[in-house]
Amino acid sequence: MKREGMTLIVKTITRLITGFILLFGFYVVVYGHITPGGGFSGGVVIALALILTLLAFGNRFVEEYALLGQEGLKRSDVLAALAFLVVAVLGYFLASDTVGRVFFGNWIPIGTPFHLWSGGIVLVCNVAVGVKVATSLFAVLLVLAAFHNHRRYNPAEPKEE
Amino acid sequence: MFEVTTVHYVLMGFMIVASLVAIETADLLGSVICVGAVGFALSALNLLLGAPDLALALEVVDVLTFVVLIRVVRTRRDTYHATSRDTLGIAAVIAGLSVLLVITSLSLADLPVFGEPVLRMTKGYLEAGLQSNAAVNYVTSIVFDFRGYDTLGEATVIFASIIGAFAVLRRVGRKHEA
Repeated sequence: MKREGMTLIVKTITRLITGFILLFGFYVVVYGHITPGGGFSGGVVIALALILTLLAFGNRFVEEYALLGQEGLKRSDVLAALAFLVVAVLGYFLASDTVGRVFFGNWIPIGTPFHLWSGGIVLVCNVAVGVKVATSLFAVLLVLAAFHNHRRYNPAEPKEE
Repeated sequence: MFEVTTVHYVLMGFMIVASLVAIETADLLGSVICVGAVGFALSALNLLLGAPDLALALEVVDVLTFVVLIRVVRTRRDTYHATSRDTLGIAAVIAGLSVLLVITSLSLADLPVFGEPVLRMTKGYLEAGLQSNAAVNYVTSIVFDFRGYDTLGEATVIFASIIGAFAVLRRVGRKHEA
């Protein structure tokens, strides 16, 4: 537990590069209906940026941010999954007659092709799945890291208590 | 319509060699690195075959599993030494695999030619895509609109598995903490 994270070189490079990786991840999520990519790929990119921070700075640094603690991650994971379901269910009630009131009916105006606001529910679903994938995958690695630390430091050294 | 060039064969050969090395090497870390190399080659192959969506998804998932596997391997640097080879078992596996290969190669004759797919369902999606929802990336519009129900099922699978992993791992962590 004494050695938090990696060396100064890794930390500096992480500080420089994490913003760009996050930006690329957000781009892949938000523009998923125009360029290659989508909610899943972009979500994994965001999760990888967070994992880079976790590995470089140690999990105590990451857990200082409430959004990135285990509770916050679980909450945003559940909320994003629920948002996806709610968007799908709203198709029953809000979809126009030409589309048909069905599960996953496209109830948001579809807009013009090649613009950011196009595709109707595709954009919203992309964002929901992106948040869900990013938080849940990062949560798994965070829990693995915590588990690993406990197993390594606790049973062998009872004198710490 | 579609030509398989030398680059594809080189990539496929590289994947086969890397997976053989991954199986045969005694060092776990080296094995994990070989598995990562196979993933990267597969991603590059998909990019060359004209599937950038799939290539991107494969690449990022490959990096993620690579990080997790290295994290796991670093905690236990075991090496695996094969003491004796089970000759009968290997013979049985080879016999089974050859039967499977023969059946597969017979049934491959009925499949459509590589690069010339039969567009039965897809044709409707491709024709209706731009009118029914204006998403330019047809892959995403199929995944989230035409086939949204499937995606919801996949999301449920990921959700359940990750919540399960979360619950199992966290309880062990807490027990030591107390």
